[in-house]
Amino acid sequence: MCADLSGIEPVIYKSGINVPYHWWAGDTASAFLTALRDRQTITAIKCGSCGMVFVPPRKTCPQCFTPNTQWLEVGPLGTVTAFTVARKQLAAIKDTVPVVFALVKLDGASTSMLHKLLLQNPSLAKAGMRVKPRFAQDRTGTILDIQGFEPA
Amino acid sequence: MDRCAIIGFGMTAIEARKPGSTFADMVWEAVNKALDDAGITIKDVENVITTSNDFFDGRTISCMAVGDASGVREKNCSCTEGDGTFGAFYGLSRILSGAYGTTLVTAHSKGSESVSSLITNAAFDPIYERALGLDAITAAALQANAWMKATGATSEQLAMVSVKNHGNARHNPYAQLPMEITVKDVLESEMIADPLHKLDCSPVSDGACAILIAREGLVKKGRKKPVWIGGVNFCSDAYFLGDRDLAKAPALTKAAQKAYSMAGVANPAKEIQAAEVYDAFTHQELMWIEALGLAEAGQAGADLAKGRFALGGALPVNPSGGLLSGHPVIAAGLYRMAEAVRQLRGEAGAAQVDGAKRVVVQGMNGLCGQSHCVWVLESGK
Amino acid sequence: MAKRVAVVGTGQTFHKSHRPDVNGQELINEAVQRALEDADLTLKDIDAIVIGNMDHFEGINYVDCWSVDGSGGTMKPIIKLTTGGTTGSTLAIGGYHITASGLFDKVLVIGWEKNSESDTTGAITTAFDPVWDRLVFAGAIAALAAEGMAYMTEFGITDRDAARVSVRDRKHACNNPHAQLRKEITIEDVLASPMLSDPVHLLDVCPRTDGACAVIMASEDVAEKICPNPAWIWGTANRHTYTYVGDFKLGEIDSMKYAAAELWKKCGIREPRKEIDVIELYQPYSFAGIIWIEAMGIIPRGKGSEYIWSGATDMGGELPINPSGGVIACNPIGATGLIRCAEACGQIRGKADQRQVPDVKLAVSTGFGGCYWTDILLYGKKKPS
Repeated sequence: MCADLSGIEPVIYKSGINVPYHWWAGDTASAFLTALRDRQTITAIKCGSCGMVFVPPRKTCPQCFTPNTQWLEVGPLGTVTAFTVARKQLAAIKDTVPVVFALVKLDGASTSMLHKLLLQNPSLAKAGMRVKPRFAQDRTGTILDIQGFEPA
Repeated sequence: MDRCAIIGFGMTAIEARKPGSTFADMVWEAVNKALDDAGITIKDVENVITTSNDFFDGRTISCMAVGDASGVREKNCSCTEGDGTFGAFYGLSRILSGAYGTTLVTAHSKGSESVSSLITNAAFDPIYERALGLDAITAAALQANAWMKATGATSEQLAMVSVKNHGNARHNPYAQLPMEITVKDVLESEMIADPLHKLDCSPVSDGACAILIAREGLVKKGRKKPVWIGGVNFCSDAYFLGDRDLAKAPALTKAAQKAYSMAGVANPAKEIQAAEVYDAFTHQELMWIEALGLAEAGQAGADLAKGRFALGGALPVNPSGGLLSGHPVIAAGLYRMAEAVRQLRGEAGAAQVDGAKRVVVQGMNGLCGQSHCVWVLESGK
Repeated sequence: MAKRVAVVGTGQTFHKSHRPDVNGQELINEAVQRALEDADLTLKDIDAIVIGNMDHFEGINYVDCWSVDGSGGTMKPIIKLTTGGTTGSTLAIGGYHITASGLFDKVLVIGWEKNSESDTTGAITTAFDPVWDRLVFAGAIAALAAEGMAYMTEFGITDRDAARVSVRDRKHACNNPHAQLRKEITIEDVLASPMLSDPVHLLDVCPRTDGACAVIMASEDVAEKICPNPAWIWGTANRHTYTYVGDFKLGEIDSMKYAAAELWKKCGIREPRKEIDVIELYQPYSFAGIIWIEAMGIIPRGKGSEYIWSGATDMGGELPINPSGGVIACNPIGATGLIRCAEACGQIRGKADQRQVPDVKLAVSTGFGGCYWTDILLYGKKKPS
């Protein structure tokens, strides 16, 4: 550091990365999202080789590395496998805290799905609790067509 | 593997904000300290790897900002995106490939310039997950609960990690948060996301680090005692958090086993004298200690409570103060490597681990530690 | 011990302007599956993965982690390299070193981009220094146009000369089923296309593309067991020298000059024009097809245009350039440099089908990006000494 710059006023230059994105969900995720939107059902996809049932669905099995073949409905009941109650209003959190984030393993699925719990009292959240989805009134084909999961 | 060694390192002080320094200024400082430490000039450096991340830097092709400061003019160079331990791995492989004799590896981060919550939210799948509003902290909190439930670890044990690491940082002139705190202080600090309090989380930081790796024949160019690379490997777990058992870190265990095997380490808990691990959150230090084979599964919390990982204990972990005392993301793992070099040279002052001959270092990428890189560094060949 | 390295399999998607039917991971998977099939390997055989793209084109942080369902990276070593436009060639160079290190026998290298998912120019603009360059400089075309204009001014060529390069590449692309733009164009078409930034017309520049490419590299211990006629990597070189837009010499590309000269020297190439059989040049706009082959040492400075008009770089000519149709026909940015590698290796392995150049012994691929940066690789039919 040059000595003659000590005491210089640090100028802050404000900017941002502002690039619009439109992600193609692809056929597989589109099938999942339209089922949420139009039928209020949660769908999963099964690997014909190892039998794993994936939620969220994906086109290929990460282990067998072959195309997944069979669509099925899972839930709507599920079990909370992990959760946290977010207490601080971090920038990424759109709802007002406290917000309960959780992994929910829907009945019939091999993997858990990341979502929110809708609880009157967030402190009652616990792993192992049984939950069911609450669907949004206005559904647009996004993961938020499920508002969250509430006690079953 | 051909023998290679780290012959120099340079670190800037880790600070909450460095308003007077650009990325390039920080890297320039770290590079020149590293060159000075090794007693060589930039002309002796045969190729350069920079490590950066376009999201954290707020810039596409973020390596552009630090090329000149890393001395890439007239040299072959490249850029790794991710933690500095991965950048160092690529730097090492460019020596092992026979192409170059010396590699300069740099990594930098200015958390103060951006909003880390939004940047780590962008690591979630844009179609299935991102709109839910999680970030690195809330994801880690999910993991902390899952791991505590699986192992019976307590919030007090997590807090002890914070007490230990902030305490160790008092001996580290580069640390951002040297503090003498108690378990009670941690437990009474603001709850961010259950069960993680503010003092369970690493801070937002600015800093840059550089290391110099050389192949055996060129090691004598360095004026300090070389620190030899015994082993290295890396491994990624599944992506979706719901695909993983969040209470376990099998990818870290696999990477560690391969690195140990390369270094001829059969019993890491006995043959390693210190560890510098990626303690972005208190529970992660304990999880990583177990996955690295430095404690029995489910025993890290209890071992910690007995003082095993403290300075003066049988196996000090993060004697530098770790990331809880300063977390320049991306550079963080390279800082861990540099801290290990200080230990192995016997330059760690009051934080020196007596008889440190072999130190394990861990860096990671992704949410809840999806992808890990493990290094075994040694004072002797 | 350092190992010699060969390319034993390659796979590409059929590149298109939009791929709404797949997300990024699924696009990657298509290329990976084709590369595994080409090498007759399975995912279990892969020891490590090197992947790259440009973050702000898809807006996904930690792509190495996010993409594992497509790449096959679960419970494998995976590392991300990224250097802007040079990302694809950077990946090829990275795959080479990581395989040559002797730490991994078989390394899967993946470059990809879904350029349809964002505003390409908006994202590229953020590459420039936020304080000095970003507000006054927009995207890649302005910098390229400035180079074209400087060269035109110095050597008196015209946009008609540059158009000849576009015509060549678009004609070649008709032989490549993977290329995005497979329709011949004429010089008049190029000159009549909208002027983007003087002297560069729309048909002088690359399109934006969704696509992925995967290349499998193997160490000499296993390469010939996997593939009887692999493409050996003889050497790599690069220069990523410039930081600010005002730093580079317009109309002359120093990074290519120094990187190519270093590579020729390392690999014992004395007369590149005579010794090299085919080049896959990362050429994002037509003027580069003239200027950069001069910097590469193929033809003396100022003679590039004449050489292009002679037909020497057309299929059947002395030194065909871009038999694949190159970047002007197809540009999934993070994959582009790796596609050049895959195409060059396809030429060596005699697997280039309709676009095969006869009897290729030495091939070159390049990458371009950053702020006038160059990567370059040389491949041979013979194992390097």
